[in-house]
Amino acid sequence: MAVGLEHFLILSAVLFAIGLYGVLAKRNALVILMSIEIMLTAVNITMVAFSRYSHVISGQVFVIFIMVVAAAEAAVGLALIIAIYRSRKTVDAEKFDLMKW
Amino acid sequence: MIFAIILLPLFSFLVISFVLRPFFNNRPQLSAYTTICAIVGSLILSIWALISVSGAENHVLTSTSYQWLAIGDTVINIGITMDSLAAIMVVTVSTISLLVQIYSIGYMKGDGGFARYFAFMSLFTASMLGLVLADNLLFLFLFWEGVGLCSYLLIGFWFHKPEAARAAMKAFVVTRLGDFGFLVAIIFLYVKTGTFDIGELHELALAGVLGGSTLTLAAIGIFSGAVGKSGQFPLHTWLPDAMEGPTPVSALIHAATMVTAGVYLVARMFPMIASSETAITVVAIIGGFTAIFAATMGLVATDIKRVLAYSTISQLGYMMLGLGAVGIGYASGHLDGHHALTLGVAVAIFHLFTHAFFKSLLFLGSGSTSHATGTFDMRKMGGLRKVQPWTYVTFVIGSLSLAGIWPLAGFWSKEGILHEAHAYTPVLFWLAIITVFMTAFYMFRVVFLTFHGEYRGGKEGSHSHGLHESPKIIIIPLVILAIFAVIAGWLPVGDFLGADVNFSFFGALTSWLAWVSLSLGIAGILLAYIIYGRKLLSAKSIGQSLGPVYTLLIRKYFFDELYERFFVMRFLVDGIFAAFQWVDTYIVDGSVNGIATITVAGGKVMRKLETGQLQVYGLAIFIGILAIVAFLLIFS
Repeated sequence: MAVGLEHFLILSAVLFAIGLYGVLAKRNALVILMSIEIMLTAVNITMVAFSRYSHVISGQVFVIFIMVVAAAEAAVGLALIIAIYRSRKTVDAEKFDLMKW
Repeated sequence: MIFAIILLPLFSFLVISFVLRPFFNNRPQLSAYTTICAIVGSLILSIWALISVSGAENHVLTSTSYQWLAIGDTVINIGITMDSLAAIMVVTVSTISLLVQIYSIGYMKGDGGFARYFAFMSLFTASMLGLVLADNLLFLFLFWEGVGLCSYLLIGFWFHKPEAARAAMKAFVVTRLGDFGFLVAIIFLYVKTGTFDIGELHELALAGVLGGSTLTLAAIGIFSGAVGKSGQFPLHTWLPDAMEGPTPVSALIHAATMVTAGVYLVARMFPMIASSETAITVVAIIGGFTAIFAATMGLVATDIKRVLAYSTISQLGYMMLGLGAVGIGYASGHLDGHHALTLGVAVAIFHLFTHAFFKSLLFLGSGSTSHATGTFDMRKMGGLRKVQPWTYVTFVIGSLSLAGIWPLAGFWSKEGILHEAHAYTPVLFWLAIITVFMTAFYMFRVVFLTFHGEYRGGKEGSHSHGLHESPKIIIIPLVILAIFAVIAGWLPVGDFLGADVNFSFFGALTSWLAWVSLSLGIAGILLAYIIYGRKLLSAKSIGQSLGPVYTLLIRKYFFDELYERFFVMRFLVDGIFAAFQWVDTYIVDGSVNGIATITVAGGKVMRKLETGQLQVYGLAIFIGILAIVAFLLIFS
């Protein structure tokens, strides 16, 4: 069975769905952050796949950029979570309700 | 040149207001002299105009008119009518005004508002002269309102007195009711005929182009303006209260400006109003009724100026009756065309002319008594005959003239009106003839109470500064007016206005009507003498025996109560204003507040959605994206 574009896309969709589920359902802020990374990875896979099948290299270049930005973003996200933990002694997302009415 | 008659006093007003008052306030006499000079100028020009008119063809001076406004195709001109009616009026107005101004120098001496007073007086005179000379209704209405404004300013001249401020407001509002009708009539006429020009309107009415209910409504509308200005029933209530103003103002209002404007308006519009039998009947009935109605209130009033005010209302009623009676004769076909139209005007304006002299004389005389006693309440006067001989003599001459005693001025003009009333309106004639008796009675009641008997103390709490005759500057106008009050009836004013009256000094005494009215007049004087001079009959016991009637009269038929309690309080305040307030509170405010309440309530419900939970928001975004994608997939 030859591995075609659709396999990459299915993998990407599954990863994206898993990530989305994690973001929406998990309570731990760290897990949410990790789930966001999974979603980003899913998108990266899509881009690489399309880049490979349409013979345009710039897609893969963009993926490198995205990974760099994602690393920076993860650092910022972790820092925020640590800051929240310090002030509220919890990383439970449901307890973060300052924006509540 | 004729424009200058109006412009001189107007100019004097401007000079006093903008130059003399701000910069020469330490020399207020200057403003009096400015006013007097301007009015002397007007008087000279008026007399010149009178002479020119009498020499002119058809007694009309033509003059150029100037464009005032152009709105689209509508051009409104300002022009002057100088015919015999206008000529008589301008001479009367400027003569009375001049004498009143001279008197005012003495009367208003030392008053803080001296310059302001003369500025207003100038404007008042200018407005009245303009009203008389205007040749179209719109231009006339401008001055008409000017007169109304000045009367407001002058009645409320001592505005720090609450009664004066109230009286001024009352005069303004009550006359405004009539003016509203007048304005509506002007607009209505313009819509129907396309012209404001008085001459054209008369031609249309006489030719029958303007007729039927249109003419009747317009004529009644114009007459309602006259009712307001001339204090005719049912808008008479402002005039007695207008006595709060300085006495010379009362004299001017009652004799020359303001109230005579109503009679003048009806006279000016006479060909038009008389073309409608309904309208002219209304004029006659209102006039005849007002004459006796006001006279009855004059019988019991205790304030000397109020008696004179009721007398003015009553006399204006006579003038309206004169116009109405001749008009009815014309409308019913008893009188032929042109002659009837000039006869009505002549009869009424002749009475206006003589009345101007003796009424201003009486007012200025009452001011002179007040100058000595500090009050206008006749119960506190008495015995002034000895201290104020000049005032006394002139006042008696004025009273005799008003009572219609031969051969004084009032006799002649009153006979004219009675004669016409007898010929065309028999019922109103009897009212008028009873009024003759009442007039004589109340005037001599004033004379006996004020000048005879013992002095009864004057103003309460005033330290007696000794009764004295008024200064010369007050006496001289009185004497001049007294001379006119005697001779004004001998002048051929009626002839000049176009009624061919056969004036004969002794011939007048051959008619039975003259004897009836004369004997009634003398009877009135005698009755006043018996009650108030000799005190053979006690006024108090008569008043008590007539209990309810006396109360009715002294309370002015409860008209003030009717208007203020019922009409203003019940109808306006409790009715219309309450309804407006209800609409304002519940509909206008209600809708605004309602929208706000709904928004707030909606917000309260909606904000429950804002849980502050990141994941809930994320889920909402996800569902939203799904919905958009689904939408695109289905519909693309």
